[in-house]
Amino acid sequence: MNIEGTIRQFIVENFLMGEASRLAGDKVSFLDSGIVDSTGVLELVTYVEETFGIAIEDDELLPENLDSIVNLANFVRKKKESRQPISQKQI
Amino acid sequence: MCGIAGIVSIDNRRAFAPSLLEDMVLIQSHRGPDEGGIFLAEGAGLGHARLSIIDLSTGSQPMANENESLWCVYNGEVYNYIELRPELEKRGHKFKTTSDTEVLIHHFEEKGPRAFNDFNGQFAIAFWDISRKRLTLVRDRVGVRPLFYAIVEDQFVFASEMKAILLHPSIRSEMDPEALDEIFTFWSVLPPKTLIKGINELPPGSYLTLENRKIEVKSYWQPQFPAEGCEDGRPLSDLVDELKSLLIDSTIIRLRADVPVGAYLSGGIDSSAITAFIRNYTSNPLKTFSVTFEDKNYDEQEHQLQLAKYLDTEHKTINCAYQDIGEIFPDVIWHVEKPLVRTAPAPMMMLSKLVRDSGIKVVLTGEGADEIFGGYDLFKEAKIRWFWGKNPESNWRPKLLERLYPYLALSPGKTKIYLQKFYRAGLELPRAPQFSHFPRWSTASKIKAFYADGFRNRLGDYDPVDSYIRTIPPAFKDWSYLGRAQFIEIQTLLSSYLLSSQGDRMAAANSIEGRYPFLDHRLMEFAAHLPPKYKIRGLFEKYILREAVKGLIPEDLRRRVKRPYMAPDAVSFLYKGAPKYIDEALSSESLKNTGIFKPNMVQNLVRKLSKLASDRIGFKDNMSLVGILSTMIFHDQFLVNFAQISSDKIKRWREKNIIFNYRGKHEHRRDYTAVHR
Repeated sequence: MNIEGTIRQFIVENFLMGEASRLAGDKVSFLDSGIVDSTGVLELVTYVEETFGIAIEDDELLPENLDSIVNLANFVRKKKESRQPISQKQI
Repeated sequence: MCGIAGIVSIDNRRAFAPSLLEDMVLIQSHRGPDEGGIFLAEGAGLGHARLSIIDLSTGSQPMANENESLWCVYNGEVYNYIELRPELEKRGHKFKTTSDTEVLIHHFEEKGPRAFNDFNGQFAIAFWDISRKRLTLVRDRVGVRPLFYAIVEDQFVFASEMKAILLHPSIRSEMDPEALDEIFTFWSVLPPKTLIKGINELPPGSYLTLENRKIEVKSYWQPQFPAEGCEDGRPLSDLVDELKSLLIDSTIIRLRADVPVGAYLSGGIDSSAITAFIRNYTSNPLKTFSVTFEDKNYDEQEHQLQLAKYLDTEHKTINCAYQDIGEIFPDVIWHVEKPLVRTAPAPMMMLSKLVRDSGIKVVLTGEGADEIFGGYDLFKEAKIRWFWGKNPESNWRPKLLERLYPYLALSPGKTKIYLQKFYRAGLELPRAPQFSHFPRWSTASKIKAFYADGFRNRLGDYDPVDSYIRTIPPAFKDWSYLGRAQFIEIQTLLSSYLLSSQGDRMAAANSIEGRYPFLDHRLMEFAAHLPPKYKIRGLFEKYILREAVKGLIPEDLRRRVKRPYMAPDAVSFLYKGAPKYIDEALSSESLKNTGIFKPNMVQNLVRKLSKLASDRIGFKDNMSLVGILSTMIFHDQFLVNFAQISSDKIKRWREKNIIFNYRGKHEHRRDYTAVHR
């Protein structure tokens, strides 16, 4: 499954309790549509960090990074690309 | 605490069996296990379950005036009865008892409904005027004591708790979907609506008269605030002095009782203040009681013990674990008589049991201080949003929001931009009545996503917020941001949730009476006129109250920022080995049969939350689980199995041999049904 699909599944299961029909599209704002609230963001961040092996900094908790499936998937891709393998980092 | 009940034949013809009135009293016997009393007259019957507190020997009810033309049953306390009595004696009234009940009967005789403004206390009273065949029901200003009524065929039925009304054989019990929708908005249903269609709650500060088939409900008191800028302009030191003397007096008169009185200690400033006033200004022997939590995220023991030691009280605690809440929750709903979105009432029921087991019947508590002095985070939120709304493009104004909720593991302050976006909703409408409560109500409303389609259709286009806003008085728009927020808080949460679900009902479940010095109407009216800056100074809440207790409690406690009382929610039901009723209530089959929630969504919620620790579950999910589970329990107890459950309870109380004193003309008792058929 691609990143969008993985995130979509998490959103549907965890915030919509399985009701996929309540998600109008991958570009819908989580907050404006009420799908994710401010405490829900923390759940989302924890999930993304654990699933994709990235660390999200406080100053990255921005709507343009997190507030829709598309934004979040793009953000994850960007983070993964910029991440250097640990072995190289140590050197 | 007592329980009252009554039946009035609206057309004066239809009789009822006295045993129905006895059952209505018995099912409320937890409110007053000491005595039962019944009064029967032509066209009416009154019932009373007594918890003896004042005038233990002669204070039995129902009670009448000198010539027995006016009868009364009463739950509560009118604390200033001692001050009201001499004037009545001067007017020639002959007193047979030293009770407060007799004072209020004579005062009502003299002044009619104007008497209610003179009563300082917490009360739900029924008066039956034999000659006019007139019923008057009245409830205290903020609704500390409950009172419900319904018209069942041609009978008017009333009681302290709805369950007594549901015993009427002709009542049709059906859930009101709009009431549930209100709970999933305001956390509680607003009077006169209740969860059962046709049963009404008499609104706080109102009285009802029934005479010649006509029912009238009138308000005699509502919270009121001065226009913005017209607050009390005296210097702070004068205001602090007046606050202190009001608090001392309101505490002292609440110690009037012929039984020992105790106090709750939460660890916060409000209950500490009350306890300190008792210690410093009376010689009352001081027993204090606290709930502690096994989950340290909720526990305040350290501060409770600190104060108990400082004030040298005889202190007792009860420790609450997740399992305790899970196990007693159905009992909590039986007493609360409505679904809940939080479990916080449950530990209060454990606490009242501890009080009862310690031989105490009356406790003073700190409820109301947050409403009258602006203690809740919601008021700070409103202040920040109001300030931000004046300059919505400001970057630093919304940063103040990050200072809220530091005590939450999932603090919204950790997601700054999101937080701002959340609170920005509704910001453009700072004068809209719902401005202050918009964030809370929209969070609670998330539960509605679980509604089944059929249930949603039954609701139609009902909008609880719209419906409530239409009842707000015109002067509201001239009040300060804080006055407006306080008014809504007092109307929507104080009476029907805090004082009822978390207060009266949890105390009454164990025959305990709570008393609330901060809700003395003199204090409420004084506080309403304080400038907002003396309530919330910067973002420091209840500033003036803190000034008033300087030197009375330890300094670090006096300066401590408020931490709201909360209890573990979803985790209390999802642990391994949790009681069976939970699985049954949340099973696909039960959910489908009840038709309120979508079974699949609920099960996905349960699956999700079962995997998470308490500090990883957010507000919305906690509220959803508690709201859905409590609705299912309520539905089962009050709509499906009520006949069985109620007859078991009544039987158990009958076995305790409660003695019923019958009053009124003897023939009514002996042959009541025959005489009036």
